Amino acid sequence: MSFINYSSREINCKIVYYGPGLGGKTTNLQFIFEKTNPESRGKMISLATETERTLFFDFLPLALGTIRGFKTRFHLYTVPGQVFYDASRKLILKGVDGVVFVADSQLERMDANMESVENLKENLLEQGYDLAKLPYVTQYNKRDLDNIATIEELQSSLNPLSVPWFEAVAPKGNGVFETLKAVAKRILLDLKKSGG
Amino acid sequence: MSMPLSNFVLYEEDFVKIEEEIKRLHQQTNAKMVFLVDRDGQLIASCGENENMDTTSLASLTAGNIAATGGMAKLIGEKEFSILFHEGEKDNIHITIIGRRVILVVIFDQRSSLGLVRLRVKKSAEVLTRIFEEIQQKKQGEGKEAEGAGSPLEEITDEDIDRLFG
Repeated sequence: MSFINYSSREINCKIVYYGPGLGGKTTNLQFIFEKTNPESRGKMISLATETERTLFFDFLPLALGTIRGFKTRFHLYTVPGQVFYDASRKLILKGVDGVVFVADSQLERMDANMESVENLKENLLEQGYDLAKLPYVTQYNKRDLDNIATIEELQSSLNPLSVPWFEAVAPKGNGVFETLKAVAKRILLDLKKSGG
Repeated sequence: MSMPLSNFVLYEEDFVKIEEEIKRLHQQTNAKMVFLVDRDGQLIASCGENENMDTTSLASLTAGNIAATGGMAKLIGEKEFSILFHEGEKDNIHITIIGRRVILVVIFDQRSSLGLVRLRVKKSAEVLTRIFEEIQQKKQGEGKEAEGAGSPLEEITDEDIDRLFG
């Protein structure tokens, strides 16, 4: 649910990065944080465990610029990927405007990817959202590793909706901004359709 | 299953009313800062010593906090915990859910007191609830067709969006 404030002339949207544990959701946000002009972003907040596993969420506010005189702000969130944090994942999906699914390309993580996509669908449905109708993109991360699935395999198991997808190596930034841009674009076009 | 809420649009006239009430509360409680957040973590309005305060992060964490305690409430069979209070060495935070939709946060130190904050927040909560009910009613009255009228996003183009990313 985006928030349009006519008084401060701002449009605020919420993007959630979803996916299996250790897939690179936090790394996506870290790269965006590092590469964004400090004036265009706020602090990155990570509620993580001592071993740097996301406990509740990461949060990164971005101000991308103005559209038709309105400042566009995107609030980026990651969910904790580990299976047993499902209650937290549901909370973070509340009010979401767009979703990025970060898949781990490694063959041994295919089951975890599939489980996570299913979990995303279920949790969205619980909040009254239909994934097929939501601005949604997929990122195939860790493309630089050896033991990875082919794009065809990933596409057929993880992207039945044929949403835009991107190959990525998040620590190096490959595909990171392309993914963000694609989901942001879909959100703004969605807002246009719904008339704000 | 309820459908997700539609976009939250705030117009100048309503914003002014909200800000007035927040300012009044800020004054009456002698608080350091008062702010209003929607349940998704977007800052709606703030008042007080917020120059060095990261209000965006505070807003997001407040919403996360309310969401987490709300989850706990459900597990023990409560609807929600409508008031939260965090006590620090110097500063304290008082959080209240207003009309199930927005969150009112008061940050205060020894210049104020919990009793005073609770009392004044209760009054402001009633005023703010009314304002947000009016906003809601107005929106429903407008109907679906009028909703998009004058929207800044109506005329948005692919080029506009591409430009955002430089």
